[in-house]
Amino acid sequence: MLVLGIETSCDETGLALYDGDCGLLAHVLYSQVELHADYGGVVPELASRDHVRKAIPLLRELFRQAGIDAGAVDGVAYTAGPGLIGALLVGAALGRSLAWAWGVPAVAVHHLEGHLLAPLLDAEPPAFPFIALLVSGGHTLLVWVGGVGEYRILGESVDDAAGEAFDKTAKLLNLPYPGGPALARLAEQGNPDRLRFPRPMTERPGLDFSFSGLKTFALNTWRSLEPSPDNAAAVARAFEDAVVDTLVIKCRRALRQTGIGRLVVAGGVGANRRLREHLRELAVAEGGRAYFPRPEFCTDNGAMIAYAGYRRLLAGQCDDLAIRATARWPLDSLQPPGPVVQS
Amino acid sequence: MKLLALETSTEACSAALLLDDHVIERYQWAPRGHANLILPMLDAVLAEAGLSLGQLDALAVGRGPGAFTGVRIAIAVAQGIAFATGLPVAPISTLAAIAWETGRRQGVDRIAVALDARLEEVYWGTYRAAADGGVLLLGEERVCSPEQASLPEVGEWVGAGNGWALYADCLSRPALKTWWSDYGPTAEAVARLGALAYRQGRLVGAEQVLPVYLRDEVVKQRSC
Repeated sequence: MLVLGIETSCDETGLALYDGDCGLLAHVLYSQVELHADYGGVVPELASRDHVRKAIPLLRELFRQAGIDAGAVDGVAYTAGPGLIGALLVGAALGRSLAWAWGVPAVAVHHLEGHLLAPLLDAEPPAFPFIALLVSGGHTLLVWVGGVGEYRILGESVDDAAGEAFDKTAKLLNLPYPGGPALARLAEQGNPDRLRFPRPMTERPGLDFSFSGLKTFALNTWRSLEPSPDNAAAVARAFEDAVVDTLVIKCRRALRQTGIGRLVVAGGVGANRRLREHLRELAVAEGGRAYFPRPEFCTDNGAMIAYAGYRRLLAGQCDDLAIRATARWPLDSLQPPGPVVQS
Repeated sequence: MKLLALETSTEACSAALLLDDHVIERYQWAPRGHANLILPMLDAVLAEAGLSLGQLDALAVGRGPGAFTGVRIAIAVAQGIAFATGLPVAPISTLAAIAWETGRRQGVDRIAVALDARLEEVYWGTYRAAADGGVLLLGEERVCSPEQASLPEVGEWVGAGNGWALYADCLSRPALKTWWSDYGPTAEAVARLGALAYRQGRLVGAEQVLPVYLRDEVVKQRSC
């Protein structure tokens, strides 16, 4: 079964072809990062405009890279949410219409399900059940994953997402947009013993996160210091250490609470080198193993949507002709795939 | 000729199948309902005619101006069908579609179209009925305040489009005879104008099917 995956929930146009027998055949990505850089954040209307402009050329490129005829597609999966509604609608309208015109089934995929299943695209995928830490610019979640469509949220951020806190802290240090990766690079040069930031919500039990106070702490610390490169690096380092440490503490709790050793780390912040190192050590110390999707599948991409869609289409799921797009869509409302028509 | 058309740039959602001179249409007033309705509508008009996409000659789509999201739904659907089938597409102006619809209903010649663009502006285009049954744009389509909307030539004009209901006082000119605000762009109008474009060879491939927004300043200010 050959599945086309379409992802347009935010500022990346991602397309991929996944085949049940041969695995991932091709994936292409167009990032709008430069378009939004001038504004210091994603401008929804500009994002939607860019998706509709880039989708078809990118689709042609995808089939060219895969070296197969578009008529060979057996099903279409598109991201239906959560995300920016206007951006979602472009990919959803395109995907649902392609499927209709080809006469093949379509499924609306939950963006976070795509992220949660992304490690299954790699060699040596984790077995179910596993614990997933999903950390990105929009989400910070700890999820128990029992199987495709079986998700239980163990903890989540009560305010800012981890990636959002990274970006905002980077902004106050005047780092270029998007700030997260730039902040991580600056942190490499920072003295880890200069400053120490709090580890929010680790003193009390529970698996929820809060990063908004940490961002404020960073701001107040930065204001109290001379604005030198050394001090900026020290703030970056102290901030990154605090976020990483907090995530590690919560992951340890989640593994111990559930008695599961397999830890999947997904989402854009999951590409952070220091976070990866610490979580890898943690999982080993807990007698388990950490799994990381390859970096290009940590950030938004079409491959994870193609794969999640493939799993659902294989189980017989087939949506009606409605073009589905929803800005808010709770992850734990999903059901395991079955031969049902979603309507 | 066989042509499939869709139009979702205003609160209405419609699909039409043109079979030579005969039209099968689905039309519904459906604010925020376009995404749910448009493919079932396209499916229904084809089913009623007993046709499949492979038997068509072309597609036509309302390419804007209009509600940004609505325009993009129609465009993305047309892109998808065109990519999958290889059918050529006629992108049709929603303002031209309103002018055509008004001309057909009222038998008028010079039509000044004003479509509500919010922010106290209108999408503005002035048209004359053309000999081939279509409409001819005089000057350019633009987005402007009702006060800035101007008529390009002398003669007796009529107004069309929902902008007239909102801004009749500001839009009215001595040369204006009357106006109708309730003719919107319909898929049938898009189909008829699409058929003319087909005969004139003015069709494009999937990647050239793009929205025309007219309003391009969509970001108020840059954050620091």
